[in-house]
Amino acid sequence: MNPLGRYAPLVDDEEAFLSACDRPLPSVVRVNTIKATAERARSALDAEGVGYEVTDWHPGILKLDERGPGTTWPYFHGWLHGQEEVSALPALALDPEPGEVVWDACAAPGSKTTQLADLMDDTGILIGNDNNLGRLSALRHNAERLGVSNLVVTNQDARNYSLKPFGEDTDDPQTVGAFDRALVDAPCSCEGTIRKNPDALDRWTMDHVHSVAGIQKGILRRAVQATRPGGTVVYSTCTFAPEENEAVLDHAIEEEDCELVEWDAPENFETVPGITEWEGEEYDPAVELAHRVYPHHNDTGGFFCAKLEVTA
Amino acid sequence: MSDDRNGANEANGTDERENDGQRFDRLPATADERVVAGRPTREEVVEWWAERYGVPPETWDGHTFWEKGKGKIWAFAGDLVSPNPVEGLGLRILRARQEHWKPSTNAVQRFCGEATKNVVFLDGEEADRFVRGEDQELERWDGDWGYLVAAHEFEGARESIGVGLYLHGELRSTVPKGRQEDLS
Ligand SMILES: C[S@@+](CC[C@H](N)C(=O)[O-])C[C@H]1O[C@@H](n2cnc3c(N)ncnc32)[C@H](O)[C@@H]1O
Repeated sequence: MNPLGRYAPLVDDEEAFLSACDRPLPSVVRVNTIKATAERARSALDAEGVGYEVTDWHPGILKLDERGPGTTWPYFHGWLHGQEEVSALPALALDPEPGEVVWDACAAPGSKTTQLADLMDDTGILIGNDNNLGRLSALRHNAERLGVSNLVVTNQDARNYSLKPFGEDTDDPQTVGAFDRALVDAPCSCEGTIRKNPDALDRWTMDHVHSVAGIQKGILRRAVQATRPGGTVVYSTCTFAPEENEAVLDHAIEEEDCELVEWDAPENFETVPGITEWEGEEYDPAVELAHRVYPHHNDTGGFFCAKLEVTA
Repeated sequence: MSDDRNGANEANGTDERENDGQRFDRLPATADERVVAGRPTREEVVEWWAERYGVPPETWDGHTFWEKGKGKIWAFAGDLVSPNPVEGLGLRILRARQEHWKPSTNAVQRFCGEATKNVVFLDGEEADRFVRGEDQELERWDGDWGYLVAAHEFEGARESIGVGLYLHGELRSTVPKGRQEDLS
């Protein structure tokens, strides 16, 4: 069953929404400033005659005219990373500082992890976790190619993530007892990736949506618990289903010590607020602070992103 | 940042004097603090990069060094309690515990911007061949044999490409399969 019709009542322009979902996605790269400035990376692409357009909301995010970035010198040098445009949002929302302790709960294959490392100037402690060991090798490969050296890779179920590997409950001064920030880029039904993977929805079922929502709630709750008071948690998915988005936030603010906070999407990047009602359910009005991104708004994939602050 | 504690990990009860291939162990700062036989020290690693490639010792000031597996040395940009079990800790920088230590492609790209010794400059075609993973004759090199940093002029500066093994007039590319590309 194709679920996209479910969301027709939510979008401003149903036809534009559905036809954008049918178009392939442009090839986009992010400049890795651990290794090069945006100017140098762009100049290197110019020198190789690779056509691109700088997105109008970020100088280091470039839409390529044609081929993927793999076969260019700046890519080989780790100056560029292929990353879907909209997927750059969560790391910007999390906004980590150099030197902080940051947890990426669902990290593989590492597009956002490596962007976080870049924002941290490759300092501090960045913990990239995934429960899928196979996918972790892709994370490691990407991180090393991009010259990331502040990353610790762990293989745990994020729902009951343990800080034991970091000396929790010892009096060693280097112990990590809580995170400054955490990103939950959750596993989801991936409806928003239909432009990249046309068969993304072939196996879509409502049962799957509900079961993955359970996992999402577990991971987000653990992220809030493991982050220090005053710290930040960002929740993101690449799906439209409110069951996996607003409902998960509603659950977290109800059950854990946290609240949604305002975050302005980058200038020139269009988003709409989270919704407070869906199929007879009502959500906490605070979920309106979340951002929904529909494919026809910025010619990207679909996305959802919310920023929370831990209160106690 | 100093690695002033030794590589022992008391917490997991394994013998501290042995190298455990599954665990990350901190390199001892100096030979005096060495507990595990054959484990290189932080001092040796920093000196090796300086002596072999002219990498300034302060390049590593912010990094701690760790061994996992036999001689695989990792550099991590922070400090931590010996973190175990984990799957990765920073970046693999070199393979030690063998006669000729071998730097990694990713380390050379990340940390050898200021290397001054044993750097071989490649022209356009040579660089393309190198990245494809091919071996090539390179008679003009009259420096040391062994592992060299291969570099080229790129965007107005020198940029390290990877590690070449120079023997008998031939430069062998060690660019790992997963990183090889046809850029020509
Ligand atoms: C949307 S993907 C993450 C993409 C990644 N953040 C990036 O930007 O490249 C979701 C990931 O969550 C992982 N995952 C699923 N269930 C998990 C769990 N219980 N604990 C930790 N990771 C989990 C999956 O293996 C998958 O890699």
